[in-house]
Amino acid sequence: MRKLKRYGPPILLISPSLFLIGLFVYVLIFSSAQTSMTDIYTNPQFAGTRPHTFVWFTNFIDLLKDGDFQHSLKNLLLYTLVFITGAMFFGFLWAWLLDKRARFEGVFRSVFLFPMAVSSVAAGVVWRWLLNSNVGDRATGLNRLFQMVGLDFLENKWTNNISFGIVAVAIPAIWQMSGYIMALFLAGFRGIPTELREAARVDGANEFKLYRYVIFPQLSPVALSALIILGHMSLKVFDLIMAITGAKFYPTKVPAVDMYNLMTEGNFANAAAVGIILLLVVLVLIVPYLIHTARGDKR
Amino acid sequence: MAVDTSITQRSGDTGRIVGKRFDWGRPVRFIILLFFLIVVLIPVYVLLVTSFKGIGDAQAVRAWDLPQVWTLENWKSAWQGTPGLPAVAPALARTALMVVPAAIISSFLGSMNGFVLARWRFPYSNIVFTLLLFGMFIPYQAVMVPLYRLVLSMQTTLHLGVGIPSLIVLHVIYGIPITTLIFRNYYESVPQELIEASRVDGAGMLRTYAWVVLPISIPSFVVVLIWQFTSAWNDYLFAVYFGGNAASQAPVTVTLNTIAQGSMLANYGAAMAGALLASLPTLIVYIFLGKYFVGGLMSGSVKG
Repeated sequence: MRKLKRYGPPILLISPSLFLIGLFVYVLIFSSAQTSMTDIYTNPQFAGTRPHTFVWFTNFIDLLKDGDFQHSLKNLLLYTLVFITGAMFFGFLWAWLLDKRARFEGVFRSVFLFPMAVSSVAAGVVWRWLLNSNVGDRATGLNRLFQMVGLDFLENKWTNNISFGIVAVAIPAIWQMSGYIMALFLAGFRGIPTELREAARVDGANEFKLYRYVIFPQLSPVALSALIILGHMSLKVFDLIMAITGAKFYPTKVPAVDMYNLMTEGNFANAAAVGIILLLVVLVLIVPYLIHTARGDKR
Repeated sequence: MAVDTSITQRSGDTGRIVGKRFDWGRPVRFIILLFFLIVVLIPVYVLLVTSFKGIGDAQAVRAWDLPQVWTLENWKSAWQGTPGLPAVAPALARTALMVVPAAIISSFLGSMNGFVLARWRFPYSNIVFTLLLFGMFIPYQAVMVPLYRLVLSMQTTLHLGVGIPSLIVLHVIYGIPITTLIFRNYYESVPQELIEASRVDGAGMLRTYAWVVLPISIPSFVVVLIWQFTSAWNDYLFAVYFGGNAASQAPVTVTLNTIAQGSMLANYGAAMAGALLASLPTLIVYIFLGKYFVGGLMSGSVKG
C-alpha cells in the first residue's frame, strides 16, 4: 500500500507518454514488420477491400536482388562515407582554428553554425542552383564560379553523374552539419584542463606528442558522439534529395526516396520492407552506442 | 610553429617570452577562417542576389553578378503565389499554427517525464527511460506505412484534421523522447535535497513539481521550446506524407518544395525568395536566441 502511494503518482504522470511511445513506436514497428511480409502491393489491399496473403521474406529478398534498390543502397553508403568524412574534417578543422582564441571568434562560430538552423528544403533550393550541371558557355552555379576563378578543370555534372551524383548531394549536407561538429569539438577542446597541457609540456612533449597522447584521447568521446550523430543522420537522408533532385531522379536515389515512391504507388508491402531495412541498418549503429552510454550512466 | 606559441600563451608559465616575437600563426589562422567564412556564406549571397533579379538577368554569364535592375517581383510572386504556384504567406501562417502548439505541448510532456525520471523515480524507471529514448533514434521510415494507416483512421474516426492538426499530433508524440532527455538531464542537476525538503514538508508529487520544480525549469523550457520549434518548422518528412495539399493545407516546407520543383526551368528567383521567407523565422530565433539553440544541440547529442 505504501509502495502504491509512493510509486503510483509518478507512474501515472508518465503513463500518457509511455502509452503514446508504446503505440507510435513499438506497436507500429511491429505492424510495419508485419506489412513487410505481406503481398499488399495495391491501394485496395491496403484499405482492406481486397485480400492479401502472407509471403514471409519474399519482399526483402526481391528488394535486395533488385539492381535499382542495390543502386540506392550503394548511394546511401557513398553518401554516408563522404558526408561523415567531410563534416568531421571541417568541423574539427574549424574548432581547432578557433580554439586558439581567434579574433571575432563569436562571429565565425555563428556563421559556421547557421546553416543548421535552415531547413534542408530551403537549403536545397539554393544548392540545386549551385549544383547546376550545365558546363561551358551555359554554365551557372558553381561551374560558372569555377570558370570565373580559373578552376575550369573542376567543372562537372554534379548530380547528373549516374555513379557519383550522390556525392554532390553530400556537399550541401556537409555545409549544413560541419558547424555542429565544430561546436561539439570546440566544447571538447575547451573541456581539456589547462593543467593537462601544461603537464605534458613540462614533461617535454612536443606538439605532435601533445596531440597524440593528450588532446586526441581527451577528444575521443566527442568524436564518437559526432560519428554516431552524423551516421544516424546520413542514413535517414531524404529532405535534401527531395529538394535538390526530386523523388524521380535515378542517379541520386536512396532507400528513403524509394520508400516514398513505393508508397505513392500503393506498394505498401515493399515500402514497409524498405523501412524495416533502414531500421536494421540504424540499429546496428545505435544499439552498441546505447549500451555503451547506459553502462557509463551506472558508473 | 603557430600552435606552439598560443598554447604557451594560454598556460603562461613555461617561461618563454612570447610578446617579443611576432606570432605569424594568428593572421594565418585568421585568413584561413575568413576564407571558410566566405565559402559558407556563398549560398546566402546567391539566395539574396537571385531573389532580386528580374527576367533580364537570366543569362548564364550573369549568374554571379548583382542584378542589373533590382526588383521585388520574385518576392511578390513567392508571397502571393502565381497561377500554378502556391503562395508562401498562408503557408507561413499555417506552419506557425503548427509549431507553436506542438512545441508547447511536447515541452510540458517532456518536463513532467524528465522530472519523474530524474527526481521521483520508481522501480525500473531507468529501463522506462531507455525505452522512451529509443523513439528518438529510429528512422521514421520504419513506422511510416502503419503510421499512414493510423493517421488516416484517426482522421476519419476522431475527426482529426488533415494537414496541420495531424502534424501537431505527430510532432508532439515524436518529440517526447528528445524533450524528456533534455529535461531529465537538467533535473539531474537539481539537488535531490530540494525535492526531499518539499517531501518532508508534506507536499505530494504534483505539488512538488508545480511549486518547486517548474519555477526553476525556465532555462530548460527555453532550450526545449526552441529545439522543438526549429525541428518542427524545418521538418519535411512528416510534412510531405501527412501535410495534404501544398496550396491550402501543408506547412511551408512542402509549399516551398512545390514552388522549387515547379519553377525549375522558368525562374529560380521566386523559389529563392520563398526559401528566404521560409527560413526567416528559424533564422531570427537563431540570431536572437542562438545560445539556447546551441544548448539544445548539445543536450540532444551528448546523452547522460
